[in-house]
Amino acid sequence: MARKKIMIDGNDAAANVAYKLSEIIAIYPITPSSGMGEMSDLWSAQGKKNIWGTVPSVTEMQSEGGASGAVHGALQAGALTTTFTASQGLLLMIPNMYKIAGELTPAVFHVSARSLAAQALSIFGDHSDVMQVRQTGFGLMASGSVQEVQDLAAITHRATLESRIPFVHFFDGFRTSHEIQKIEELTEEELRELIDNKTVHAHRERAMNPNKPVLRGTAQNPDAYFQGRETVNKYYDAAPEIVQNAMDKFAEITGREYHLFDYYGAPDAKRVIIIMGSGSETVKETIEYLAGKEEEKIGVLVVRLYRPFSVEHFIQTLPKTVEKISVLDRTKEPGSTGEPLYLDVITAITEAMTSSEKPFNEFPKIVGGRYGLSSKEFTPAMVKAVYDNLKLDTPKNHFTIGINDDVTHTSLDFDPSFITEDQEATKCMFYGLGSDGTVGANKNSIKIIGGETDNNAQGYFVYDSKKSGSTTVSHLRFGKNKINSTYLIQEADFVGVHLFELIDSFDVLGKLKKGGTFLLNTTFSKDEVWNKLPKRIQKQMIDKELSFYVIDASTVAKNTGMGARINTVMQTCFFAISGILPKDEAIQKIKDAIKKTYSSKGEEIVQKNFNAVDQSLAHLFKVEHPNSVTSEITIPPVVSDKAPDFVKNTLAMMIAGKGDDVPVSQMPVDGTFPTATAKWEKRNIALEVPVWEADICIQCNKCALACPHAAIRAKVYDKADLENAPETFKSIQARGKDPNRMYTIQVSVEDCTGCNLCVEVCPAKDKTEVSRKAINMTPQRPLRETERVNLDFFLDIPEADRTQLKIDSVAGSQLLEPLFEYSGACPGCGETPYVKLVSQLFGDRAIIANATGCSSIYGGNLPTTPWATNKEGRGPTWNNSLFEDNAEFGMGMRLTIDRQTEYATELLTQLKDEVGGELVEAIVTAPQKSEQEIKDQRERVEELKSKLEASSNPTAKELLTVVDFLVTKSVWIMGGDGWAFDIGFGGLDHVFASGKNVNILVLDTEVYSNTGGQQSKATGLGAVAKFAAAGKGVPKKDLGKIAMDYGSVYVAQIAMGANDAQTIKAIMEAEHYDGVSIIIAYSHCIAHGYDMAKGFEHQKLAVDSGYWPIYRFNPENVAKGKNPLKLDYKGPKIPIKDYLYTENRYKMLTKSHPERAKHLLELAQEHAKVVWRQYSHIASMDYSNTDEETK
Amino acid sequence: MDLTTKYLGLELKNPIVPSASPLTQDLDSAKSLEDAGASAVVLHSLFEEQLTHESGELDHYLNYGTESFAEATSYFPEPEEFKLGPIEYLDLIADLKKSLDIPVIGSLNGISKGGWIEYAKNIEQAGANAVELNIYYIPTNTDVTSEEIENMYVDTLKAVKENVNIPVAIKLSPFFTTMANMAKKLDNAGADGLILFNRFYQPDFDLDALEVVPNLVLSTNWEMRLPLRWIAILYGNVKADLVATSGVTGYEDVLKVMMAGGKAAMMASELLRNGVGRIGEILSDLEKWMEEHEYSSIQMMQGSMSQKSCAEPAAFERANYMKTLQSYKI
Repeated sequence: MARKKIMIDGNDAAANVAYKLSEIIAIYPITPSSGMGEMSDLWSAQGKKNIWGTVPSVTEMQSEGGASGAVHGALQAGALTTTFTASQGLLLMIPNMYKIAGELTPAVFHVSARSLAAQALSIFGDHSDVMQVRQTGFGLMASGSVQEVQDLAAITHRATLESRIPFVHFFDGFRTSHEIQKIEELTEEELRELIDNKTVHAHRERAMNPNKPVLRGTAQNPDAYFQGRETVNKYYDAAPEIVQNAMDKFAEITGREYHLFDYYGAPDAKRVIIIMGSGSETVKETIEYLAGKEEEKIGVLVVRLYRPFSVEHFIQTLPKTVEKISVLDRTKEPGSTGEPLYLDVITAITEAMTSSEKPFNEFPKIVGGRYGLSSKEFTPAMVKAVYDNLKLDTPKNHFTIGINDDVTHTSLDFDPSFITEDQEATKCMFYGLGSDGTVGANKNSIKIIGGETDNNAQGYFVYDSKKSGSTTVSHLRFGKNKINSTYLIQEADFVGVHLFELIDSFDVLGKLKKGGTFLLNTTFSKDEVWNKLPKRIQKQMIDKELSFYVIDASTVAKNTGMGARINTVMQTCFFAISGILPKDEAIQKIKDAIKKTYSSKGEEIVQKNFNAVDQSLAHLFKVEHPNSVTSEITIPPVVSDKAPDFVKNTLAMMIAGKGDDVPVSQMPVDGTFPTATAKWEKRNIALEVPVWEADICIQCNKCALACPHAAIRAKVYDKADLENAPETFKSIQARGKDPNRMYTIQVSVEDCTGCNLCVEVCPAKDKTEVSRKAINMTPQRPLRETERVNLDFFLDIPEADRTQLKIDSVAGSQLLEPLFEYSGACPGCGETPYVKLVSQLFGDRAIIANATGCSSIYGGNLPTTPWATNKEGRGPTWNNSLFEDNAEFGMGMRLTIDRQTEYATELLTQLKDEVGGELVEAIVTAPQKSEQEIKDQRERVEELKSKLEASSNPTAKELLTVVDFLVTKSVWIMGGDGWAFDIGFGGLDHVFASGKNVNILVLDTEVYSNTGGQQSKATGLGAVAKFAAAGKGVPKKDLGKIAMDYGSVYVAQIAMGANDAQTIKAIMEAEHYDGVSIIIAYSHCIAHGYDMAKGFEHQKLAVDSGYWPIYRFNPENVAKGKNPLKLDYKGPKIPIKDYLYTENRYKMLTKSHPERAKHLLELAQEHAKVVWRQYSHIASMDYSNTDEETK
Repeated sequence: MDLTTKYLGLELKNPIVPSASPLTQDLDSAKSLEDAGASAVVLHSLFEEQLTHESGELDHYLNYGTESFAEATSYFPEPEEFKLGPIEYLDLIADLKKSLDIPVIGSLNGISKGGWIEYAKNIEQAGANAVELNIYYIPTNTDVTSEEIENMYVDTLKAVKENVNIPVAIKLSPFFTTMANMAKKLDNAGADGLILFNRFYQPDFDLDALEVVPNLVLSTNWEMRLPLRWIAILYGNVKADLVATSGVTGYEDVLKVMMAGGKAAMMASELLRNGVGRIGEILSDLEKWMEEHEYSSIQMMQGSMSQKSCAEPAAFERANYMKTLQSYKI
């Protein structure tokens, strides 16, 4: 009987097995493993049962450390327990992994293997994480494809129960975890047959139970620990056979065979690659391609059970004929004698060759190499290069493949034109925007092709690192043969470009083969489109003899109510052109998929999509084009010629999608990058941009304050500066009496994301036509050139003198230059206005510790950074350590600043006679509170530096190294609620108690936004989030109140959209406070489910409903006999429902769990009232005479 | 005292029927209306446009920002099913039918012909005793003629009547050029009841924000005059039951509606303003008045002051200024 096949990705495949074979699942979200936990949580919420007929419990913890602790406890209490993690998450589990293994406790951790944060964080796949747990006592099982993920997950669950050795089952992050493949499904019956219930019962029998009490977790002394550690040996000795038995049992049930080590290739191979993970699939494909084409014999040994490493099985699997071996590690261990798998192979072969029975005639030549770090492509061309290296008499050892190492010359050359992709398979690439639904449609398409035809199918999706205007590239392969290609498409039959502008950003036809098909979404008609194409595209089309089709999908989508989502239209055209299925059948399948995807959201949505399908083909046209290039249009340069060399030579390559070609020599050695680079990456993503109407403007600067991307700037300057102003440059007289002071609002239209937030907050309306504001959205394209010139002119106008501005006001603060600009945050982001404001107020002396999360991604994800510098070259200096340690990281910075300031002061005092007592006294006693005082101090320090430089005194030279600390620094510790409320709370709490002068800014979006909206302890009562599908049942943690309890921490809760003046006041007070300050900032977010342009309106509703109290708690007031708490809101003024149900995160609960929604709404209303009573009580306490009260 | 009346073929224990308002949006408050003496309840309207909007909104925001960024390919968990469309509304009808002894009347505001029919059938299947078509439509298009509007009303009614077996009442706008003729057309099309009149919420201006703002104002007693006049005029000219809604605040208003020829007096604003206990007070006052004035039943007075029955039929047709002229007798 044919086995049922399904289209599924690696994460789903692992989660499906783990869920069915577990009772307890404790997790913490981390990319790329989050999907496994999310699916499990959803299934649990839906009441899906495991193979024993009960619903597993899924719990999100506060960190991976917490998750592993919960797993340990659950295991000790006797439950079948699993978890899912990756990267730093796995590292945080290490302490418990030693415990779990030391106690011989069966468990499986499923890991989508990912890079570790070293010189930089990376979310992508390699084996750096799993290699760090190889010493814990856990077994390690590696899967290389989605089919293997499912199968080996099941095998590992059986093996752990029988062997009592806990296991990490891993597969490559993204490449396997996110690849959709057609696989044979494992049924529940098969899982039941596979798992031996006796082993389950034995596990429960060993559990802690007061009816038969035991003691575990003892402390052992020198007399006993060593022996105790050796007791486990026999279990590890037995484990490989147990795993092989499990594999054999699995083969008996399913017919699919696995071994601890599997060998493919010539039985008499001389050159062999040893590898594990998804790269093995590409090696296999290369071997098959080369079979018969190469005179020498080659093969690959695929490692599945990496720990416990069975030398015996390994040696048995290697062909006896092997002469040269190349061991490929997907990790790097600097300073080691080689990477882990390489060392294991050396050890295994050495042990075998030094034993009494030598397995090989000659000791094979063994070399090791690194490949594929952080999902770097690993292609057949690279595999061939590795085999070719083995042809050399002295193959290069410790090599790298896939990069150009022009520094230490480790890299092997490879020929990119060597392509082994199945010629019979169809390969399709689609370039789209994240917001147009391209990936979703392609996921549906590949599921239709794989699920509804007898084709094998594979889908893989590449996203860029921006959260606004992001582009996606989908790679779909399908055909009759099995697809082993675990790399991106190299030669496409079909390319779809879903946005005309993308032909400027990518070489979209570069991979399209001769005679291929090109589908372009454009508003140009079939008759005019040819002349609108750039020269390069025309030439490629002629040279490659392409078939060319156009569709005006945007119009079809608009007319059918689909808005910007052109997915259904493009999908229909793809099926119509590609001819995979007969037209009518294809349309029916698309409609079936639409029904499946959208029916839960209402029949109207289904019908709308159906309508789009029906309208599409009428607007699809084949274009006949001339055979000569007629265009004079050239593709614009990636960055301006004015950009610094590093931007032009290195970052521009990354921007252009050619980052793989950046050689090692062009990368900083220690992860240090210049700031102020985002301004060179003109993305032009907004269809409409704000245009300033000077005659209506009241110069309040609220638009500039709200702009999440610093794309709107305000400036006050002298009239004389307008000389040589471009013709279209706008200005009006600045507020005040001086007719020579001018004012301009300038928009950077090429950096604007078109979010509309500025228009929403603009309070000024035309009195003759109230729909016209002082700032209005207008199509961007016609403005691009003129506004580029205007912006350049605007930026060259001198900045206002900081010392003369009232910077603690909305209008005044926005005349300060933003030193955080043009980030890739979501359009309308609620976090970045706060970040930008801090950069304006204190950026020129700020040192920033940034927790991992959205803010570290839009702040520090290559290619560019929004952190910027002023004309003097000063600006925020920024670093991201980890997710969990940010408070401590920032505090460490403060410790250094304090120490070095003290040291500098000591040295300065010693040099009093040399540099002058007056200067020393002025420097040492400078208050440095106001802008003027700071400016004066800077000038004094500059004067001091000149003197020091001229001096030959060694103390002067010493002082020069720390002299900059004499100017005050502003330490900012920034991050989201996931960090502050959950994983980093312990450290944050410790910093509260330190009394150190640090400023903590919590950008509270009330979910883990960066990883896709998982609940945190900041999530509001009744909100739906991942891991809170039925609405969060308890109120959010009151972090502010906890901080207030110390009595020594300045605390403010703010919401810029509700009260911008209070926001600025709080930030200023926090920075001036000489101690720990924390500001908790309401940050509207894409994960809240409403139009982000209305973000400020929602902030106001949150405050007016009493949901989000805004206040300032200043401990300094106590000494003045004043109550430290000042409430800046008046209690609940509107029903909480009027706030909550304007947001989908709350409203959707009324559609999924109406009764619970009602209940939670009542609780939320009551909670808002209680909070108001509590706060108003505290704020009304009399501090004027505390001595009297205590008497 | 016999307070019973018959509306849409339903035997009502008295003429006071709470019309659609927040008070009829959930089981508990509907139960309190029954306990207070209401003779039937009309549910809030099922708005097809709102359902479509909600469905679109849910789809849009669950998809918004998805599949754009490698770390966050989605932002919300997706339950297997949402209680979308009319499910919640229909569940409420079913729950009310189980819990209340008085008739439950559904109310519907459609935007498409298919929607009117489908949702009316849904309301019938959920167990409602009758359905009220709440055609809340403001014709702002300058190219649409009055004839087209009138036909739209009639066609909608006909379509629903053809597809359901429960009585169908229609709630009318007062802004027809020929109200009497319109009522007749609807009567001919099979309307079982005519509800006079729909109150269109009139937007207001916020002078500080320079914005047009919704402004919900509860009805006041004087607003009852308009339906009162038209019930009196139409009584006896149409077969459909006539009902007044808007401005019924006390027992006198109920009496007036009955005497004009109404089969029921619908109330909402008064109950929202002064609580559901007002029903009991009004009923008590009503009985007291009837005793004092020797009326033995409601039915006895129904239509007694309609245009056909009153001494001065012309009074319903005159404009206000005619009052002065009336005193001038030759």
